[in-house]
Amino acid sequence: MQIVSALVSVVGGLTVSFLIYLGLNFIVGKTNTKWNRRLLPYVFIGPILVLLLGFLVYPTIRTVILSFVDTTNDKFAGFGNYVSLFTSGDFLSTLLNNLLWILVVPAVTVAIGLGVATLADRLGPKREKTFKSIIFLPMAISFVAAATMWRFIYTYDPPGQPQTGLLNAIWTGITHGDPVPWITIDAGRFNDFLLMIVVIWLNAGYAMVLLSAAVKGVPEETIEAARIDGAKDRQIFFRVIVPQIQGTIVAVFVTVLIGVMKIFDIVFAMTGGTYNTNVLGVEFINQFFNFGNPGKASAVVVILMVAVIPVIVYQVRNYRKQEVLR
Amino acid sequence: MASVTFDKATRLYPGSTRPAVDAIDLEVADGEFLVLVGPSGCGKSTTLRMLAGLEEVNDGRILIGDRDVTDVPPKDRDIAMVFQNYALYPHMTVAENMGFALKIAGVNKDERATRVLEAAKLLDLEPYLGRKPKALSGGQRQRVAMGRAIVRQPQVFLMDEPLSNLDAKLRVQTRTQIASLQRRLGVTTVYVTHDQTEALTMGDRIAVLKDGVLQQVGTPRDLYERPNNVFVAGFIGSPAMNLFQADLTDAGVMFGNHPVAIDRATLAGISGKKVTVGIRPEDVTVATSGDGLPVEVDVIEELGADGNLYGHSDIAGARVDLCVRVDGRSHPNAGDKVYITPKEGHLHLFDVESGARVGEAVIA
Repeated sequence: MQIVSALVSVVGGLTVSFLIYLGLNFIVGKTNTKWNRRLLPYVFIGPILVLLLGFLVYPTIRTVILSFVDTTNDKFAGFGNYVSLFTSGDFLSTLLNNLLWILVVPAVTVAIGLGVATLADRLGPKREKTFKSIIFLPMAISFVAAATMWRFIYTYDPPGQPQTGLLNAIWTGITHGDPVPWITIDAGRFNDFLLMIVVIWLNAGYAMVLLSAAVKGVPEETIEAARIDGAKDRQIFFRVIVPQIQGTIVAVFVTVLIGVMKIFDIVFAMTGGTYNTNVLGVEFINQFFNFGNPGKASAVVVILMVAVIPVIVYQVRNYRKQEVLR
Repeated sequence: MASVTFDKATRLYPGSTRPAVDAIDLEVADGEFLVLVGPSGCGKSTTLRMLAGLEEVNDGRILIGDRDVTDVPPKDRDIAMVFQNYALYPHMTVAENMGFALKIAGVNKDERATRVLEAAKLLDLEPYLGRKPKALSGGQRQRVAMGRAIVRQPQVFLMDEPLSNLDAKLRVQTRTQIASLQRRLGVTTVYVTHDQTEALTMGDRIAVLKDGVLQQVGTPRDLYERPNNVFVAGFIGSPAMNLFQADLTDAGVMFGNHPVAIDRATLAGISGKKVTVGIRPEDVTVATSGDGLPVEVDVIEELGADGNLYGHSDIAGARVDLCVRVDGRSHPNAGDKVYITPKEGHLHLFDVESGARVGEAVIA
């Protein structure tokens, strides 16, 4: 039943939008050529513009306004919501988590992706394909499904019982000690890193695919020239290959970075933000639904948005710079 | 400075039955400019890359000076290479490109700057030292690639068709520049090209390759005057040498109705009744009547000072295309019939079967 309705919505949606464009095109086609040429561009970008305005710009403005309202009594609160957030220890801890996420995940993802891309390049075409397919596989898994899988890996069963969690099974098998409730260890934000592993595991394939293409795009001759110039493998990698694929590295880094700033699913599905693993995305849900405070929830979202904007601006600029170089 | 020796060096690509380079024996003297020339796919680039250490040597040895470098990695061979596409590092400035090898070698900053500047002066690159390769013209990039090699002060320069990406005019200019620069620096140079004009104008000696086999090594004059076989005869010289099969009679080689006498020793070297005759376009006398091979003129190519006459003749029932150098101002015209005879001392004879040269001296 669900499959049928999904199919209907996909096919129906496509058909309807196709018919809308066809109809608009037909109407414009009826006018004379002068008007035709003037109207046609608007006819095609118009619907998208309307959708963007209605579902992106308007809600954004609403959210910003709402973030200045104390929704418990529907009065204008100025920066009240923000002040209350930034003076709360819990929220600062949430911010710290987000900071850790963006410090660790993009860098590690790019490093692993680059490492795999470079090493796979030396395997020969057949083995490289197999190897890369395996690394890429997690990309096909949804975040929530991945979170569920990894929750099983980290599962804790009391001592003496059979360990259903893979990690604890290995742990108790090797150390013969007691099983460890991994996900609850917040000392040094250890559990944060356990969650990060999931996202890195999911994103490494994406990083690898893009970086692999970039590595293959480095002219073989420059590498040979470097070999003749006396460079060792490590020097060739860091001084000749990496600088030439810098654009791709930055692009992958920033894309992962933006994804990680908005991280929600993994944390929500694995811990729900408990054990000091809370992040902005989860905090929003908590404020909105659990604490019934849409004003504060909006403030959380605005903070996140303000933080993401400079990164996106940088990414767009970097992209344009790359285009110019091409 | 050092000599270079190929000792039966062979390269067999995995999965291939015929070696790309087949047991090459070649010696390049200290300070010599040797040109490897041949059609594409003849193994000349592979030979150079074997010397560079970028290509494995499956059999035989390669020596630089007295040192066996067959299994030495490129970085320890003390060579510098200029690539066809220049292979400049796109993220580095001209100065950084030229100084990269020195930086890797741990040469200090001041000396690096001095040596880069020296090379830049030599190549007129001073104004561009701060630029990236993208902001340079093709000719400038080519000079940076040269500069990168010069800065190293290596024992051997390797150049892999460094002029093939330049336009015709610049190629001719750069050709002389490279040759004179090499003589000034006195560094042993192995230069690969498919262009026989480049080979003739630049090399102290030329090595001609075909299908991975060395055909002949010698000075440009040697190769031009005394090609070892039909392939070298046809490859060296532009327009190419006329090659056709002719009948052998008691009177000598038949040039139409005109017999060209050949000496007894040469005659003894020929098996059979036919021989491949080679004659360069400029070694032909053209007459409008009389003796000789009748040639129908198809096209006259005007070159100013002189011209090329392209025509065809009928030899033993087969059409043979011929090219003859004629005077630029007075020459026959298309459609005319002319009679050609070889100038004395400039006829080359080759065995029909093997293609090998017959006779030591150029035959009368």
